[in-house]
Amino acid sequence: MANGCGLKIVTADAAQVLPAARAAETAARRSYGKLVAFLAARTGDVAGAEDALAEAFATALAEWPVRGVPHTPDAWLLTVARRRRVDAVRQRRLQDSAAEHLSLLAELAAVDEDTATAIPDQRLGLLFACAHPGIDAGVRAPLMLQVVLGFDAATIASAFLVAPATMGQRLSRAKAKIRQAGIAFAVPEREAMRERLGTVLDAIYAAYAEGWSDPQGADARRRNLADEAIWLGHLLASLLPDEGEALGLLALMLHAHARREARRDAAGAYVPLAEQDPARWDAPMIDEAEALLERAGAGGEVGRFQLEAAVQSAHAVRRHAGRADWAAIEQLYDALCALTGSPVAGVNRAIAVAEVRGAAAGLTALDALVGDERLALYQPYWAARADLLARSGDVRAARDAYEQAIGLERDPAVRRFLQQRAAAVLAL
Amino acid sequence: MEYMLMIFSDPTGFESMSPAQQQEGLAAYGAYHQALEKSGVLRASTRLRPAQAATTVRLKSGKTEVLNGPYAETREQLGGYFVVDVPDLDAAIAWAVRCPGAAHGVVEVRPVWPMGAA
Repeated sequence: MANGCGLKIVTADAAQVLPAARAAETAARRSYGKLVAFLAARTGDVAGAEDALAEAFATALAEWPVRGVPHTPDAWLLTVARRRRVDAVRQRRLQDSAAEHLSLLAELAAVDEDTATAIPDQRLGLLFACAHPGIDAGVRAPLMLQVVLGFDAATIASAFLVAPATMGQRLSRAKAKIRQAGIAFAVPEREAMRERLGTVLDAIYAAYAEGWSDPQGADARRRNLADEAIWLGHLLASLLPDEGEALGLLALMLHAHARREARRDAAGAYVPLAEQDPARWDAPMIDEAEALLERAGAGGEVGRFQLEAAVQSAHAVRRHAGRADWAAIEQLYDALCALTGSPVAGVNRAIAVAEVRGAAAGLTALDALVGDERLALYQPYWAARADLLARSGDVRAARDAYEQAIGLERDPAVRRFLQQRAAAVLAL
Repeated sequence: MEYMLMIFSDPTGFESMSPAQQQEGLAAYGAYHQALEKSGVLRASTRLRPAQAATTVRLKSGKTEVLNGPYAETREQLGGYFVVDVPDLDAAIAWAVRCPGAAHGVVEVRPVWPMGAA
């Protein structure tokens, strides 16, 4: 079965804070997703499956950290869920709505405890249902985190910067859509596979990116999110071992995660990639990413995530070469720009151009992006612009761009770093 | 839609900072203000003096009452606000989280009740 083999908890406080509790929580989330997938695949009713398991899952989250993970977690959850359902049906027998409960009870009863260990893993089908084109793109990642891993709406809302009530509504709407529109819990056929897989990968990456935005790992909810996204990446890569992009996404996330610790110094100050000490990168994790990328490349067609992972790989060569392979990075971003048309890739390409051919060439590349509205609120664009302007000697324009970058940044450590850079430029 | 982003924080935090840190903190607000302005979403903004400068007034059974200090004696006090005009709550939250106040206090996001609206 798929598992989080390779998935490691790298944050310092996670290692200190009750590893047993985390292991228990992780086990509960794994079992939960499997059971939701199994129950909902039969009925199409995700919310109903969640209701049936809700209390059992809550009990597991409370009890397992204390008493340890049961020998067969799936069976444990099913037993508790069934017991609670029976109680609920008894209480509701006089009400008309009992029918719906009886049908769920039948679902739960269909799996007895002996067969619980042999529950087929239908999480892949559930992932594809969550990332169906009929579901709003913005809610796909939150939906996966909720139905596959059991995170509550408030936790997800915090990570995605949405009001909890709004997030709750979006999630219920999405689940209603799955049921009403009859979205299948199935892996699409070959033809539709490529496009549909893209939406699954995008959603997992969105979950990772939100988790990544908490660099200090101070926020346990977000730290979890990055780890969980990597776990989903492992799950997907193990279920689809021949899909280069699934492997590419996992390689990308592992590369980024390997540098997690190095992004802050001992005092908690932000350390940009170029100034990070490669000795603080997680070498085994980078090796795993490299191996995945190599396997992905054997498949032929190269997509967005393989290209982005290859960029990270070209940064990682600094471990041995002492310098990132900027020429390769520029070429990879050329390919990404052509493939995705993303202005973010354009910004990164300009940074690479500046490393290869100087600040003026980088600025020219950046100027070509001016007018793309998507960049107006994109902090890295302004920070890159400020840096290149400063290196070209245009102090006034650099100061303005730094102001904009500082005003758009939400991480206090990065904000302080940008302020110090701006002050250093003005002092020249 | 207009939203007010209200910054609540413990003023002693700012008072206990070194002058350089205070300077840096204020500069961060300046940059945030500029970013709001350049994005065309800023409608109003105000920084308030500390709550000990506040005076509270009310009419009780026809008698005026004038008291020293703020209405609520909480550790965190309203320190200022920004009013932004953005498409929806998601956008307002995205701006609120960029506010330096979100790191040293809390930012409450409230929709403005337009004059005349039900």
